[in-house]
Amino acid sequence: MTEHTHVTTKNESWFWDGATASWPICFGYIPIGLALGVLATQAAIPFWAVAMMSILVFAGSAQFICVAMLAAGASTWSIIFTTFVVNLRHFLMSSAVAVHLNGIRRLFLSAFAYGITDESFAVNMTHFRTGNWDHKRAITVNQLANTTWIISTVCGAVLGQFIPRGAFGTDYALTAMFLALLLFQLHNIVYVLTGIAALGISVAWYLLIPGDSYIIGGSITAATFGYFFKQYREKHT
Amino acid sequence: MSFPDYLFLFAGMGLVTYLPRWLPLFFLARRDLPKWLVEWLSLIPVAILCSLLAPILFTDQASRSLEIGKPEFLVAIPTLLFAVKTKSLGGTVLIGMGLYWISGFLLS
Repeated sequence: MTEHTHVTTKNESWFWDGATASWPICFGYIPIGLALGVLATQAAIPFWAVAMMSILVFAGSAQFICVAMLAAGASTWSIIFTTFVVNLRHFLMSSAVAVHLNGIRRLFLSAFAYGITDESFAVNMTHFRTGNWDHKRAITVNQLANTTWIISTVCGAVLGQFIPRGAFGTDYALTAMFLALLLFQLHNIVYVLTGIAALGISVAWYLLIPGDSYIIGGSITAATFGYFFKQYREKHT
Repeated sequence: MSFPDYLFLFAGMGLVTYLPRWLPLFFLARRDLPKWLVEWLSLIPVAILCSLLAPILFTDQASRSLEIGKPEFLVAIPTLLFAVKTKSLGGTVLIGMGLYWISGFLLS
């Protein structure tokens, strides 16, 4: 990305680079985190439990589902199982990011794994591809997003009803970020076709099959399609 | 629910969230992956981003049905154009938010 190309390979600036890259994520997390905190309060979940959940789990969509399930009186095991299914998609992201963290210490990798979310994954992958990116910058993005998330959810639980939902289009922040990151990933026709396939498959999957399996199902099917298209293209040119 | 109940629930959720994030990193990052796997994985970010976005842009999530031309989709078009022009992530987020905010007044 143009705004980061000036950083060459200076190692001292890793924190600043990570902070610069993470602000769109943090910006998007604030309204969502506040909303989660408010919903948790309405479901009679105390603020310290919200803090504990954000620290131990750190997975936005699963936390929303957990609050809804608690409010509906679901059992602990069914909530844990649902969380597992919803977050399986991170298996794919972790595999994809592993390619860029070859040879890094396992202790660091174990700490890094904690912060892999849809958002930090997308931002870090975009930066890894353009170069000038390393594990320190990447974990800075993860951890700043994590800190923002924890603070926002607790603030939402404490301040509760005083904050208007969706002011200034904040509901759209993460969608806009995903759109831009998607665009930056479209390096050639293989990626474009993979993306179109993923859009079509995941919409159909989403409409036909309940739950969140459309994310994993759509991505695996589309990436496989894209892979074979790439093989075909290389053989015939 | 009491403190131990919450702790058990969130520790369980935390564990099943952490494992899928941790296993591939811990076992894949120390070895050279086969070429086909690297190529396949390089397509995963695009595929995941589109899978995450698709229902937001093209469906009504309350009723889980197809909806063409919803505000999220209409706003996405100028937002993408801005991203093409500027290549700025932060700028695109702000423009997207602003347009979505305005669309709330225009389309309601």
